[in-house]
Amino acid sequence: MFDDSNIIAGLEIGTSKICVVVGEQGPDGALNIIGLGQARSRGVRKSEISDPAQVEEDLRAAMFEAEQMADVEIRSVYLGVSGGHIRGFNNRGVHPVVSADREISPDDVEDVVKNAKAINLPAENTVIHAVRQHFYVDGQDGVTNPVGMLGARLEVDMHVIHGNANRLQNAIRLVRATSLEVDDVVFTGIASSLALLTNEQKELGALVIDLGGGTTEYVVYSNGVIRHSGVLAVGGDHVSNDLAYGLKVPLSRAEKMKIEYGSAGITEAAKGETISLTNELGLELRRINHEHLQQIMALRLEEIFELIAQDLERVGLVDYLRAGVLLCGGGSRVPGIVKLAENVFQMNVAAGHACAISGLTAALDQPEFAAAIGLVKFGSLKSRRREGRSFLKGVFDRFLQR
Amino acid sequence: MEQQPEMPALAAETSAAPVVKIMGVGTAGIGMLGALNATEFAAAQLAAINTDAGAFAGCPAPVQIHLENKLLRGLGSGGDPERGRALAEEQFSTLKSACDGANVVFILAGLGGGAGSGISPVLARAAREAGALVLAFVTLPFECEGNRREAQAQQSLEALKASADGVVCLPSQRIFKLIDENTSLLETFRVTGGFLIEGVRGVWHLLMRPGLIQVHFGDLCALLRDRHAENAFAFVEATGAGRAREVVEEILSHPLLDDGRALAESSAVLVSLTAGQDLTMAEINRVMDEVKRQCGHAQIIMGAAVDPTLEEKLCVTVIAARQESAPVSRWPQTETRTAGPGMGTREVVVARTPRMKKPGNRPIQTQLPLSIVSKGRFDKSEPTKHNGEDLDVPTFIRRGVPLN
Repeated sequence: MFDDSNIIAGLEIGTSKICVVVGEQGPDGALNIIGLGQARSRGVRKSEISDPAQVEEDLRAAMFEAEQMADVEIRSVYLGVSGGHIRGFNNRGVHPVVSADREISPDDVEDVVKNAKAINLPAENTVIHAVRQHFYVDGQDGVTNPVGMLGARLEVDMHVIHGNANRLQNAIRLVRATSLEVDDVVFTGIASSLALLTNEQKELGALVIDLGGGTTEYVVYSNGVIRHSGVLAVGGDHVSNDLAYGLKVPLSRAEKMKIEYGSAGITEAAKGETISLTNELGLELRRINHEHLQQIMALRLEEIFELIAQDLERVGLVDYLRAGVLLCGGGSRVPGIVKLAENVFQMNVAAGHACAISGLTAALDQPEFAAAIGLVKFGSLKSRRREGRSFLKGVFDRFLQR
Repeated sequence: MEQQPEMPALAAETSAAPVVKIMGVGTAGIGMLGALNATEFAAAQLAAINTDAGAFAGCPAPVQIHLENKLLRGLGSGGDPERGRALAEEQFSTLKSACDGANVVFILAGLGGGAGSGISPVLARAAREAGALVLAFVTLPFECEGNRREAQAQQSLEALKASADGVVCLPSQRIFKLIDENTSLLETFRVTGGFLIEGVRGVWHLLMRPGLIQVHFGDLCALLRDRHAENAFAFVEATGAGRAREVVEEILSHPLLDDGRALAESSAVLVSLTAGQDLTMAEINRVMDEVKRQCGHAQIIMGAAVDPTLEEKLCVTVIAARQESAPVSRWPQTETRTAGPGMGTREVVVARTPRMKKPGNRPIQTQLPLSIVSKGRFDKSEPTKHNGEDLDVPTFIRRGVPLN
């Protein structure tokens, strides 16, 4: 076969859509998006698979579209995972340096990382990511690479993201059933932040919120490393459901109205206005208060942001977000959502754009595809690292630090 | 009673440490007595009470009270609680004198049979008349044991609630969730008894361990005495670095504590933390913060103790009491317990008195089915719980925002 090792595909099995993004890595390492496939997802609830057969069908459709567009054969994918069972927390590992000259060797680094990863998770959970944050050498803070330094006590802070092994395995098995290989499993929150954030923003400190269909993921970067991550199993589906309940309309109608008339705050234009519901013949069935629609939406979206803000307050990261908040995912299309988020977080909020990738601009501009693009970026960074491995063996997740 | 054993060597601390008597009633109760860790409970005085002399064989209790009557011809109470009760009434003074001098009496019994169901309520009354605080730890029979035993157990439980200060009750049926297919019958009974004993141990530790922030005997009395409360009881242990977090999660997600709702409904909560030398203020703070947030208006009593033998373990005992007069909201018991995190790895012991009350005893405000909020498309999916709130229910409903 030709050299197709430079083809990287990212697959996100979302609640509202399944999407595949295909990227090509040039010889200089630059990433170019060459294909995009998507299909409506029908077998997923809250980012977790509820009907495997249905998902498989949709997945094949999306893969087909992406392969057609990119004109390549996709053999393996980077799989994005999410769901309410996924948790992130920080853990510290300690390791005494025992060598006679007190010089920290790569083995010491490996050991301390191993210690930091040895956490007691619930038995059925497995670690998805374990990302290094900082090393401490004899209590000295902020060391990024301690190899070669002198010290007696080496510590490392790690950010560990873990989730229920069976549920993660469900998604992996399903992808394998379509005769695709899974290169790696990536938490979609991390993928989105990879797509959205520049190195400067990671350094300054930023919060990325991916408002998806079934779940909302959020990741905090500061000083160039992941400081916090989380998932709320609340998303666009909940907005539609609230509307269906509050306005007493069918779910599909609520979904349409959300897109057509929705807003994250009550707009001047909506005050006192009504929307008429028509049947297939164009005859009016009912009138619905536009203001109520927007109020129901605003309350739900505001609550999502408030829950995230509370969580950040709890871990004390609010003051570290000097680059502000970036939004992506389908939810970031809601008019007025930036303003709403600004009110809740009291800082700069912007809709994010995938950066530092060239290729199909149509794909790059859509906030829904941020996670899938991020998956490709993850893959490219990983494969680039693999090439460099012969020089620097055993460096773990280094790209995530920068 | 003449055959009272010598007071154990507590003389120095008699003023501080309460005298505790643990009484096993009936065959099941005596079995539980036998399972008590002798060294740990060295300071307690054990006593066994039964109508059937055969059950005393191999029982470690120094005091054995055999309630006998010629009519029974040595065949025990024959599974009839009335006989057990009548016998106990007959020898009320014996029971009372057995409880003399105790500050706290623990009654261990399996309800449903003759001796346990019949004697326990009378014993509780006797102990109270002797001036002791009475805590009963009882099991209810398995459903498969038939509805006669079930009815007897319920009746006895009501009587016990009326006569004891506090009743901690573990419906054996709940054990089904915690055992696997292959567990033998003997093992199952042992597990059920073991759970109750964990409960006894939790309260025992409260009373006996020298605490840094002491839970006084008086606190426990204040929590339980005369409330005739239903109490929810949890004993949670965790080890390792994130133990405070784990303990909190364990308490809040506990199915037998109604996912922590039992805390929200309680009028008084006692929390006792015990850990090794490495117990930190931050850990205490973390646990208490969460409990406080859950409890709302409840009166909270907390205690902390250091026990070097625990090493890395953090044990938390939570007792939530609800006052009889407090309004009772009846939650539909739609508990579908998904395999909880770490059920297998950590030891979790909980017993809870069921919400069952005699019909017509007290008007209970039930929720009209009309007002139940449908969760629409999320009806059948796993609920999204966040600090006890179900996020699947529309925000505007939870916040009570009017739309009109």
